[in-house]
Amino acid sequence: MNEKVKKERKWNWNDFAILIILVVLIVIMAIINPVFLTLNNIMNIARQVSIVAIAGIGMTYVLISAEIDLSVGSLVGLTGVIAAMAMKEGMPIAVACLLAIAVSVFCGFMNGVIHTYVKIPSFIVTMGMMNIARGAVLVLTNSYPVTGLPEEFKMLGRGYMLGIPIPVVLMFACYIIGYFVLKYMKFGRSIYAIGGNIEAARLSGISVSKNKVLIHTICGLTAGIAGVVLAARLFSGQPSAGNGMELDAIAAAVIGGTSTAGGKGRLWGTLLGALILGIITNGMNLMNISTNWQYIMQGAIIIVAVGLDRIKNND
Amino acid sequence: MDKKYILEFQNICKSFIGVKALSDISFKIRQGDVHALLGENGAGKSTLMKILSGAYTKDEGKIYFEGQEIHLKSAKESEKLGISIIYQELNLIPELSVAENIYLARQPLKKGIIDWKTMNKDAEDMLGSIDMKIPPRTKVAALSVAQRQMIEIAKAISINAKLVIMDEPTSALTDSETRKLFKVIQSLKSRGITVIYISHRMEEIFEICDSYTIMRDGRFISSGDIKDVSTDKIIEDLVGRPLTQVFPEKNNKIGEVVLEARDISNGKEVKGVSFNLREGEILGFAGLVGAGRTETLKAVFGADKHAKGEVTLYGKQVGIKSPKDAIQYGIGFLPEDRKKEGLVTELSVLDNVVMAKPEKAISKGVFSAAKAREICVRFIRELMIKTPSESQKTKYLSGGNQQKVVLAKWLNCEPGVIILDEPTRGIDVNAKMEIYNIIVKLAEQGKSIILISSEMQEIIGLCDRVNIMFEGRISGELSREELTQEEIMKYATGGSSL
Repeated sequence: MNEKVKKERKWNWNDFAILIILVVLIVIMAIINPVFLTLNNIMNIARQVSIVAIAGIGMTYVLISAEIDLSVGSLVGLTGVIAAMAMKEGMPIAVACLLAIAVSVFCGFMNGVIHTYVKIPSFIVTMGMMNIARGAVLVLTNSYPVTGLPEEFKMLGRGYMLGIPIPVVLMFACYIIGYFVLKYMKFGRSIYAIGGNIEAARLSGISVSKNKVLIHTICGLTAGIAGVVLAARLFSGQPSAGNGMELDAIAAAVIGGTSTAGGKGRLWGTLLGALILGIITNGMNLMNISTNWQYIMQGAIIIVAVGLDRIKNND
Repeated sequence: MDKKYILEFQNICKSFIGVKALSDISFKIRQGDVHALLGENGAGKSTLMKILSGAYTKDEGKIYFEGQEIHLKSAKESEKLGISIIYQELNLIPELSVAENIYLARQPLKKGIIDWKTMNKDAEDMLGSIDMKIPPRTKVAALSVAQRQMIEIAKAISINAKLVIMDEPTSALTDSETRKLFKVIQSLKSRGITVIYISHRMEEIFEICDSYTIMRDGRFISSGDIKDVSTDKIIEDLVGRPLTQVFPEKNNKIGEVVLEARDISNGKEVKGVSFNLREGEILGFAGLVGAGRTETLKAVFGADKHAKGEVTLYGKQVGIKSPKDAIQYGIGFLPEDRKKEGLVTELSVLDNVVMAKPEKAISKGVFSAAKAREICVRFIRELMIKTPSESQKTKYLSGGNQQKVVLAKWLNCEPGVIILDEPTRGIDVNAKMEIYNIIVKLAEQGKSIILISSEMQEIIGLCDRVNIMFEGRISGELSREELTQEEIMKYATGGSSL
């Protein structure tokens, strides 16, 4: 019975594939436009990517558990606007940011509670939350951007720490924690168990409901962090901020090898996925390709990346 | 009795939305025994075991474990008591490693952090103790069914289980794997662990078990020591009537060859299968789960894109590339999983019956609801489908009646050849007998029938001729006169072991 165990490879094709895509992409971009490899541009990409990448952490958790969260983009927008408004009301920056994040965490928590206890599919619950949160943003701001924020807030989005953009530092911090939780905490392993075989997870004594609520809450948390960082970068609370970002986050996770069917996924894959999307956008900006074409390109990349994965896994 | 009882059921009752699944079950199990729990599909074994594992709650009755009355509310509680269940559909997480699966939800922690090193080491030791060398870091997805089972057993030992329930553990194992499993069961026994062993295979029960309990239709039937009972007595208790009455008398006339399949393979489970089928014949396909029976006939039916081979119908070679082609040539296929592949459970009996061939209900060029109803009502009458009306959603029908609806759907296509894949799985004994009657009647009408079944009695009781498959090939062919359980098992396990 021992003979048939497949040798476990430390690296499989899939792990390489995404790295190869990334490297090839970088080389192509560098050849087409030398500006691409300048330190300035790289920092720029990193900063742009960091927001989707942070939101992608929670999304990866949710996807591994075989659920989905469509409210992420709206929560990013809501958090930014709440943080901005709180600051204008004279609240200290840190308190305003924490308050905004708390709101997003609460929304995520509600997603989880409604999904698990009222037994509505997460797709529906979070689609509802997406509209509620976006609507709340428009009501709160009357569709006008919230500007005139304290100068120090700008640091969070545009400043540097040891020469590295602060959003990027934050992103790495989130990823290290996110990775640790996923790999070394009981909760993290339960996410895989729930997504991989929910019945087995339940029978093993994992509290599926509690874990699911926590997973959605974390997705709210990372969306909240992303929202605050985005507001700081824009130096305003924009009512349209984060529009469609849930799809970018899903795309990053999926390109990074996370299965939408659940049970499978890795955090660093999401980071690389976000980078790939960011580089494509940046490269096309450098080439003066219109945003309209960028959408088409991005869509194609997602389908190709996931298609490769499917082909490899099926036959 | 020198041994004490570890488990006692007293008057257990359980209903599901008005359907009585268990009524008044009482019996005891001695500590350290391997106890066979026997019953047809739907007899209530699994329900009872799910109550014992905390997955279901009982409506009435008492359970005593080690002399104490227990009230189970979750899987975790029964696990704490030392009850471990190994389900038929193995409950492992494919994307996680062997070690993680063994210690799922109980990972060793060091200051709240998962201690991977200890976990992998412990898992290796645990597997070593049942003589298994599976690297603990291997993903479970990469393991065979037999290996996965061993992981489940290791898991049971690791929670210090005192009672291990095995639900048809050998149904997907090869013969040598079964040997290995029996060794492990012996080693569990020598540790004083009690095993409840659920299986349909008589020879296994007589080999490995000490005592038995038989259930039928949610009721307790009999209990005792294996050494005091015969196979015939067990089977009679299982089906509830003398063996001779279960299967109908047959008067089918076997004619010319209707279908000939040559060198069917699909590049995976099926490796060059050839067979023929005669008019009015009931041809059985026996073999273990995973032997490639379903896959072979799906290939013939055109449901497998990778299939290769030739099919000749009524002397003419035909190219069947899809189920649609097959239906056109007059072949029907009643799939194994009626809920997934046979029925649209959200639709009515009528919609399901006319689904495969709505043309039958066409009158003057348009679909006629009246005509469809007429067809449907005729089948309800002929097949004795128990349904309040033809517009009842099929999800509300019992398993046996659902199966009849699927059958009606195919009969509506007027096929000359009908492939039945496990037609009586999960339906009660009486519904089974009705299905048997229908099968025989169809054969008597001159239809040619292929019957895939894992139930030996069914194969022996119904078939005129049987092909037995082993690992993707036909390992033997038996005529009606040669049919015995032993002969079938011999070929089903490769022909070498018995």
